[in-house]
Amino acid sequence: MRPRHASQDARRAREFKSFVAGAAGRLLHAATLLTAEAPDDNPRARRLLTLALAHTYACWDGLHGEDPYDRTRQYLATRFARGAWHQYGGLFGTRPHPASPLAGLAPQERLVLVLRLYEGVAEEQTAALLGLPTERVHTICDRATATLLHPPRGPAPTVGGAKVAAS
Amino acid sequence: MNRPEREAAVRRVMDQVPPVVPPDLHAEVVRRGARMLRRRRAARRVLWFLLFAASVAFVVWAVMARPWVEPPSETTPPLTGW
Repeated sequence: MRPRHASQDARRAREFKSFVAGAAGRLLHAATLLTAEAPDDNPRARRLLTLALAHTYACWDGLHGEDPYDRTRQYLATRFARGAWHQYGGLFGTRPHPASPLAGLAPQERLVLVLRLYEGVAEEQTAALLGLPTERVHTICDRATATLLHPPRGPAPTVGGAKVAAS
Repeated sequence: MNRPEREAAVRRVMDQVPPVVPPDLHAEVVRRGARMLRRRRAARRVLWFLLFAASVAFVVWAVMARPWVEPPSETTPPLTGW
């Protein structure tokens, strides 16, 4: 009984290690885009990724054929969405790093943009994951795209972004 | 600029400079994940133990108090003097 357990554990560890080796780069990039940190100085993104991967490790046996990458991405996104409210927003929240390509966007816009365009998750799935209506995801994605491609000048970035999205 | 072009442009913006994965990531993940598993297992064990203790306490109480036995009547006076 014991040797079989040991070999199962070893196989499990090997599988998880190869999963981390394959998925960590892409997920870390997504997490760094989410937290809007510089690519070479991203402690919050690393922490987010470590927690998400640890969560996947803990439920590795209960996946039952579900894609572990998908599961990790879901956890990453929901955890960021929960944490963004009090951690990154508000007057005393940390400012986005100017070296990040998504520095000019709000946390929710970054989240939708990363899920929809960087990760290529379908609109309906994104909406279900974030608990938003599909139209809202569509609108946020359009607005964020417009803000990113035509950065507004002046002191009122949100008004400029909304105007571009509405046209 | 139509939608696919805009989306492709945004993808290009986001794909710049991927961050470097820290080399100790796997070890840290396994450490945290194993701790999470251990805690979950401990919590489950405690809950099972509590369930077991509660059922033992219930059985002991039931055997002592015998709540299914009809209590002796208190309205009819006992028959004496026959």
